[in-house]
Amino acid sequence: MVVARYVGHLLCSFIHYLGDLCLLAVETIRGIFHGGVRPHLVLQQIYEIGFRSQLVVLITGGFTGAVFATQTYFQFHLLQMDTAVGPVVSVSMFRELGPVLCGLMVAGRVGAAMSAELGTMKVTEQIDALRALAVHPIDYLVVPRFLAMLISMPLLVAECIGMGIFAAYLLTTQVLGVSSAYYLHNMLYFTDGQDVAMGLIKGIVFGVLIVFVSCHQGLNAREGAVGVGRATTEAVVVGSLFILIVNFFLTMTLNIFFPAR
Amino acid sequence: MAEHPQLNEAIVVDNLVQSLGGQEILRGFSLKVYQGETLVLLGRSGGGKSVFLRHLIGLMAPLSGSICVAGQQIANLKERELAPVRRGMGILFQNGALFDSMNVEDNVAFPLRERGETDESIISKKVDDILQMVDLSGQQPKMPANLSGGMRKRVALARALVNEPRCMLYDEPTAGLDPIVADSIDILIRRLQRQLGVTSIVVTHDMKSTFTIADHVALLHQGRCYFYGTCDQLRASTDPIIRDFVEGRSHDTP
Repeated sequence: MVVARYVGHLLCSFIHYLGDLCLLAVETIRGIFHGGVRPHLVLQQIYEIGFRSQLVVLITGGFTGAVFATQTYFQFHLLQMDTAVGPVVSVSMFRELGPVLCGLMVAGRVGAAMSAELGTMKVTEQIDALRALAVHPIDYLVVPRFLAMLISMPLLVAECIGMGIFAAYLLTTQVLGVSSAYYLHNMLYFTDGQDVAMGLIKGIVFGVLIVFVSCHQGLNAREGAVGVGRATTEAVVVGSLFILIVNFFLTMTLNIFFPAR
Repeated sequence: MAEHPQLNEAIVVDNLVQSLGGQEILRGFSLKVYQGETLVLLGRSGGGKSVFLRHLIGLMAPLSGSICVAGQQIANLKERELAPVRRGMGILFQNGALFDSMNVEDNVAFPLRERGETDESIISKKVDDILQMVDLSGQQPKMPANLSGGMRKRVALARALVNEPRCMLYDEPTAGLDPIVADSIDILIRRLQRQLGVTSIVVTHDMKSTFTIADHVALLHQGRCYFYGTCDQLRASTDPIIRDFVEGRSHDTP
């Protein structure tokens, strides 16, 4: 009975939380049309979210591609399928590894920063000051982050995937001795626009999730420094979990539209 | 509460009820503020004065009761519907609430830019003028972290005043300031009232400041308006609760 009540309470809280996120999303879309877009803030956020995340994303993509290529090569080598490493790495990077790992890194780097910044503004009454000056906090704080993420995330995912494929290519052809021509031919033969579209769509969805989860945590931060710390931690944890869970459903759905060849 | 039929009511609050953390803070608080006057709201710490002030600008919604600002009911308005009401008002928060990512100039210019002013020369002129008014000329490049508490409060005051609001709300404007700066803030509040006809509501514990600036005084006690009157009526009151507050007596034994 106690367990059932606890599970019921958790479920209600989760549905309530999802409702809050949906309301934030609706208000953000409304803000784009009613509150106006502040281009200088969008540019500033593109710099923070996109430009400054590049190094992290490139390193993540590069080493993931290299490790994945190495593991794949050692397994495929036993079956004399060395040149299949290219397409396996490429399709995996496009369909799964690129968007998911990029999403997780951005959730850690950008989500935490967003949540901490908005949380600090909340507990120091800066958000109330915005409201008192007749500026809607969602228009001023969430809309620029949302638009910047929509622009930045596909580019970051593309960089992550590109770096992963390049690192895998270099390692497989220059270190492990697989023929470059066969590697590239097989990779290009088995990778197509559908894989690219899937990667980019996932990237955009994860970016939107990161923005709404982080901004929601920040805007609802309470109890001073402890509250801001908690909001930041929860933004990263919840954002990362959402990415992994949504990725599963997104994979199932997108495979209907973009089936593997 | 005394009526002033010859004056227009700028703010009418009726039977305001609010609870925080399960504790009833306001228990049917009613108050009228007339156009162009300065009303000082007194009360014990934690008594709900700041909470009341936040209701007047729509930062909090009451559990029940009505708030009428410039003839418009605001208690049930949504965030976006409150914007026109807020454009006519300004609030000075207790700790200033300056935007810590902006310097003094950008903080003060913020309301101007948000209301569509794009001419930087006009913005700069207005910022210079208002900073001069609060005695902070030349502080434009400083960040809020590099300002003293008093300076921060005066920058926040400049930010609230730069758009020339019809009604100003001050949350403890002189708390934590040295007596000279506190006096200059009092003079500024008085000057705004006389020259621009700004309606002011000042939450304070500072009795000297109260007697300097107030046209009317209200005392918030146990969630209700316990006293409303002029400074002379406050001074003349023999009510023990009012006397304790005016004279700063705690009845604790040393």
